Amino acid sequence: MTELLVQPSRLSPVQRAVTGVLRSREIAIAVVLVVVVVATTLKSSSFVFSHDGWRDLLLSPSLLFLVAIGEMVVIVTRNVDLSVGSTLGLSAYLTGRVFIDHPGIPVLAVFLIGLAFGAALGVVNGLIVTLFNVPSLVITLGTMYAYRGALVHWAGSKQIYASNLPDSFQNLGTQQILGIPVLTLLGIVVLVLVGYYLWNARGGRELYAIGSDPEAAELFGLPVRRRVFGAFVLCGALAGLAGVVQAARYSTATSATGQGMELEAVAAVVIGGVAIFGGSGSVYGAAIGAFLLITINAALPILGIGEFWQNAVVGILILGSICLDRLLALRRAHRLIESRGES
Amino acid sequence: MSEAVTQPVLELRDVAKSFGSVTALRAGTLVVEPGSIHALVGENGAGKSTLVKIVAGVYQRDAGTFRFQGHDADFATTAAAKDAGIAVIYQEPTLFPDLSVTENIFMGRQPLTTGRRIDRTAMYAEAEQLFARLGVQLDPRRMALGLSIADQQIIEIAKAISLDASLLIMDEPTAALSGNEVERLFGVARSLRDEGRALVFISHRFDEVFALCDTVTVMRDGSYVSTDRIEDTSVTEIVSRMVGREVSELFPKTPARIGDVVLDVEGLTTAGVFRQVTFQVRSGEIVGLAGLVGAGRSEIARAVFGVDRYDAGTVRLLGRDVPPHEPRSSIRAGMAFVPEDRRQQGLVTEGSVARNITGVIRSGLARAGLLTSRAENAAAVPWARRLEVKTGALDMHAATMSGGNQQKVVIAKWLATNPRLLIIDEPTRGIDVGTKAEVHRLLSELAGQGMAILMISSELPEVLGMADRVLVVREGEITADLDRADATPESVMTAATRSDPAA
Repeated sequence: MTELLVQPSRLSPVQRAVTGVLRSREIAIAVVLVVVVVATTLKSSSFVFSHDGWRDLLLSPSLLFLVAIGEMVVIVTRNVDLSVGSTLGLSAYLTGRVFIDHPGIPVLAVFLIGLAFGAALGVVNGLIVTLFNVPSLVITLGTMYAYRGALVHWAGSKQIYASNLPDSFQNLGTQQILGIPVLTLLGIVVLVLVGYYLWNARGGRELYAIGSDPEAAELFGLPVRRRVFGAFVLCGALAGLAGVVQAARYSTATSATGQGMELEAVAAVVIGGVAIFGGSGSVYGAAIGAFLLITINAALPILGIGEFWQNAVVGILILGSICLDRLLALRRAHRLIESRGES
Repeated sequence: MSEAVTQPVLELRDVAKSFGSVTALRAGTLVVEPGSIHALVGENGAGKSTLVKIVAGVYQRDAGTFRFQGHDADFATTAAAKDAGIAVIYQEPTLFPDLSVTENIFMGRQPLTTGRRIDRTAMYAEAEQLFARLGVQLDPRRMALGLSIADQQIIEIAKAISLDASLLIMDEPTAALSGNEVERLFGVARSLRDEGRALVFISHRFDEVFALCDTVTVMRDGSYVSTDRIEDTSVTEIVSRMVGREVSELFPKTPARIGDVVLDVEGLTTAGVFRQVTFQVRSGEIVGLAGLVGAGRSEIARAVFGVDRYDAGTVRLLGRDVPPHEPRSSIRAGMAFVPEDRRQQGLVTEGSVARNITGVIRSGLARAGLLTSRAENAAAVPWARRLEVKTGALDMHAATMSGGNQQKVVIAKWLATNPRLLIIDEPTRGIDVGTKAEVHRLLSELAGQGMAILMISSELPEVLGMADRVLVVREGEITADLDRADATPESVMTAATRSDPAA
């Protein structure tokens, strides 16, 4: 551990990679996920070993997956976006309206519309946050209500039904490629793209730098505003995309669609080991966190745990992750400080 | 002769900058030649930092000429200044703690492979070369978190070199460094100079200015005073220009009657930090705690006051045991503690001067649990006056005051509790010469009135001038207890650095 922290170059590249992965938060959370899945399957084998069980296991997280990826990119810059649930709802309803008003529109176009619409809402968030220098927590709390209000005004008591949506679109919810639902594949593709950007692109590294110390980033001359703005746009776009996925998966959308999703997304990101004050963590962790959160909710009833306890378990998971991260951070800092002058 | 031919790297003339109604810089002038280390000195509030921030692109000037490399310059952002080849190392290094040291150096300029992907292999290799060149052993893959200030500064310098900066500005880089680290830094600075780069070195330590620099510019009250070759001037001359008056005596400790034991520390131990620390401080006595930065001096002080826990030992004040880890009991028993880091630990910088001064005696001032500004002001006035805190009004925010005045406010805050023992950590760190003397005079006066003072200082002349007795700490142990007469720079430094493990 000390070697990995203080003198990582002493290890061979393979050793470094292996220890790095084994020590990572992502592995820890993945192990919890596997334990949950195995335990539930032992109790009821259809949880995994049935066609529907397998599909739902993979398909259900695909929504939160997308939202959590976007949320992670914002959180890593020491910001937060609470408007993603409302954005998702608006985008889901918009999807239905587009199919009603323009029958025969290609499915791909609808996905692009959802993406662009979400991005536009993200632009609003990003502009206000970067121009007025107000904490994003407050700004996006405001836009969360504003977007939701717009949706309520627009949808009223109307609802999108399965009959409004073409079959080719609804089939996306059940189609699989090599046993993996296509909507889940979409999430994985987005995950890989964002993960690649965060690790390999200058812009991605700058997002981490900004979250690690915003003032230093400013003095360093990093384009802080532009990057934070970009993070909000990406987050909005992915929430918009998730709205289309929502419509495809559940074939319905109301003025309440996506409510509470913003907190689930933040929870997934935190459980996945991303520091709530930015600067560290990975988008893969956030994705596994989303997976775990959804899977636990599906597993607890099978394990015979009542509804009240389901929420409590999620709460314990969040608190546990935060305490664990804090403990690890303290130990790490302690080790690094201790190593001064040793080398 | 060369000065007539070479073009200055940096040329600032009559640069002015105001913030609202406050003029921070009246007429700043600074001309720096390539291949030179240029000292910029002046009291705090003289405008050095503002000048530097204008060069760095943090602020934009209101008036005056600013030429860089012979061209008119006007940097709207720090990025623009950096791109032009200006690197600034601030007093507090600005690193990204969660990222690797290499990423810290190359952020925003990482080497790319085809496809605009960051080339980590090349980046680590380049960082390794930089560290080798700077003569430091740092793993390029380790994260920046937990680095010592000295190593953080090395990272900043590595940044500057990798930028190929033609001008490097260092704002009090040695304030937190030990002797070896200062030497290492100076070595690096000289080699950069020999490559033809220009360096600006801001410092309050004149021995360092004279050891390192070839030219010195003095500023006072936001204006340029003089520029001299270092060999044509002297410390006394510069100090008198800085303050506009002769500073007769820097460390005026007057003899005081040494009385009974006030503080009695026995066998204080915290595993890995300090061991078997035993000493006494008597009334009227100033005891200096000397040693290298990181030797454990501040930690001992914090444990004595009860901020930190300790594993073993006792602390007695006026013969009574002081319970460990209870700063409140320590205050009630008669201790006062002025920490090293004023801004973070000693002041409510957003609060008014009056609120800060009355901070510790607040409960005594409250009427029915409520505290009025009037009561605070009434209680604060005598202390502020006594310490000559120069602030327009007691309502002024502490954040906007100079370091010297802030320090006085912190001291005033503690004097209001009528302490018998004052523990003061780095009393004059980052404080200008004039105010320094005032702080020293104040400490001396307090000792004269019978207060016991435990003073931690990294400035040897300060310790030698002020302390009746010098305790030297090395790696958590007290290695020498020297009387004023026996304490010389040599004897203290020997005790602070002796590496014989048996001692």
